[in-house]
Amino acid sequence: MMIPIIFVMPIVQLLILSYTATFEIKNVSIAFVDNDHSNLSRELISKFNGSKFFTVKEISPALKLLDEPMRNRRVEIILKIPSGFENKITKGQNADVQIITDAVNGSAANLMTYYASMILLDFNKSIITQTTGMNMTKAGITVEPRFWFNPELDYKTYMVPGILVLLITLIGAFLSGMNVVREKEIGTIEQLNVTPIKKHQFIIGKLFPFWIIAMVDLSFGLLLAKIIFSIPIVGSVWLILGVAAVYLLLVLGIGLFISTITETQQQAMFIAWFFFVIFIMLSGLFTPVEAMPRWAQMLNILNPIAYFIDFMRLVMLKGATVTDVLPQIFKISVYAVAMLGFSILRYKKRA
Amino acid sequence: MKGFIIKEFLQIFRDYRSMVILFGIPVAQIMLFGFALNMDLNNAHIAIADKSHDVYSTELINKIEASDYFIIDRFINSEKEIAPAFRNGSVKEVIVIPPDFSKNLLAGESTVIQVIADASDPNTANILNNYTTAVISDFQKELIKKHGNIPLIEPKIRFRYNETLKSVYMFVPGVFTVILMLVSAMMTSISIAREKELGTMEILLVSPIKPVQIIIGKVLPYVILSFINASVILLLSYFIFGMPFNGSVPLLLGEALLFIIMSLSLGIFISTVSDSQQTAMMLSMFAMLLPTILLSGFVFPIKNMPWILQQISHVMPSKWFIIIVKGIILKGAGIADLWKETVIILGMTLVFIGLSVKKFNIRLSEN
Repeated sequence: MMIPIIFVMPIVQLLILSYTATFEIKNVSIAFVDNDHSNLSRELISKFNGSKFFTVKEISPALKLLDEPMRNRRVEIILKIPSGFENKITKGQNADVQIITDAVNGSAANLMTYYASMILLDFNKSIITQTTGMNMTKAGITVEPRFWFNPELDYKTYMVPGILVLLITLIGAFLSGMNVVREKEIGTIEQLNVTPIKKHQFIIGKLFPFWIIAMVDLSFGLLLAKIIFSIPIVGSVWLILGVAAVYLLLVLGIGLFISTITETQQQAMFIAWFFFVIFIMLSGLFTPVEAMPRWAQMLNILNPIAYFIDFMRLVMLKGATVTDVLPQIFKISVYAVAMLGFSILRYKKRA
Repeated sequence: MKGFIIKEFLQIFRDYRSMVILFGIPVAQIMLFGFALNMDLNNAHIAIADKSHDVYSTELINKIEASDYFIIDRFINSEKEIAPAFRNGSVKEVIVIPPDFSKNLLAGESTVIQVIADASDPNTANILNNYTTAVISDFQKELIKKHGNIPLIEPKIRFRYNETLKSVYMFVPGVFTVILMLVSAMMTSISIAREKELGTMEILLVSPIKPVQIIIGKVLPYVILSFINASVILLLSYFIFGMPFNGSVPLLLGEALLFIIMSLSLGIFISTVSDSQQTAMMLSMFAMLLPTILLSGFVFPIKNMPWILQQISHVMPSKWFIIIVKGIILKGAGIADLWKETVIILGMTLVFIGLSVKKFNIRLSEN
């Protein structure tokens, strides 16, 4: 039972979950309230219909009628074209268009609205060209985006190293966190205590298998990243494996520490889950660290996952060398020695 | 039976350390994530390469500086300075204004502004690029306005259900779901696996208490504990994070109770397939933590995932519960809107209970 969990589960998770991340928006369901019924309003609607971002779901006579579809997520954005729209525009006056977005998911709402206003702006430009003869399509500012390190904005490049780090961290921490406390709970620790085995020998013997398991998982994951996800590993693989070896000592040290302060496996598990969920959520994998308040960024000083994801990205994606990541290596090493040393001291053989 | 339930209650409530953990953890997590997690970038550090130094380029730079999105970290003179700035992470984006910016614009010629983003974090890069484009289009509109009599379409934007686009509205329902689901599944799976591991399950089985009663006795205290937890989290999200609670609170509590029972049934099922606490925990935590966060629409919208992942997400109970919670709290949805999701969670509960009973009976007949 344990073997598939330890070796197969991480691989399956890596393969599936790496595809979850995307903030790209396509096929947004849009509805129109057309109170103008003019050629211009129809032209605007067909402009949206032609865009790959939007799918026109319905055209409704009143805003009220769209309340229910929006509540049930069949319509995500509504554009209301007021009466007199065409009239005003042909007279050269300004006209308002109302955009109503389902903002339950804030970041997606922002993006949808942004795309809608860009289409409006384009439409506006072509009208100006028609009515005034100014060549708006040629004149004006074009924004040309360039995305360095990841030109196609491929989220997998970003997620795979991150998820891999999460998986080996959780494996290491949960296994080591529950292990010593298990001996306590079942009572076998007493038997170990009367054997001539030394404290550090005992701990090395306990932790070594987990260290091997996590290293195997990591190597396999890197292989998959290269072969299946074809993620360019720009930096040195040996550097990654070397620092990972130290990082895992840190993770196992945290697990061992949790084991020493708890009495039952249930308690150990809760504490491990508490800390590691916090570490995961604050690591910057899902939300940008820069967007967090100062105190939360300070908490990340204690966050091993944040350090290691940062290191992995620098080496894997940006090709950083040993000298570039010296600060990260230093922090991980000091943290590992401190954590492991502290846990071994705390662990009393006669516990 | 009654005695057995009372015993289970006492056993749980007397373990003060576990009680502190059980109630402390969800509260601490919801507070932490409610305040810390944020999707919107403010004050991103950028650099500008201004190759024009003329009226319009200065005007545009002032406009960028005035927006909340950006802090102009430095001005650079050549593209060579971009790489080192990205590598040490001090700058996330560089805006390059081309030479003869004003001249070209006044002559009605086109001009290209390059926006170079550090896309090692594609999400941040994408958001920043959109902000920049928005600021530049605004600038362009102002220029057009100066020409006078030109028809402009002004979008009036309203964000429904979340006027100010607060990230907390998105994270609180998600964290609520993850906590309820994992804590409930974990607690039951471990506590039953524990009896197996310590060998006390056999003793219970030969006692006159029926297996069903054993399970009910084991689970009931956790139903109550989790329900208290859920209520505390909802109170916090109302009083501290100002969640609007547009829908019916009794409906929300009822749905929460159903979801708790579903999670506990899942926990029972996990315990029937695992022989030790460690296996139970690896299944309920390691196997479920990341999928619950990533495949439920908590962080990433399911709609944009590849087709196959969308199908997988249908079997994630958390996906349906997040829809329910967001629907009731933010949209004021009622049971008429949410009956489908409710039926799905109910169905999942029955499946888990059915599977557990089957597994349990097989085990008994083997003995």
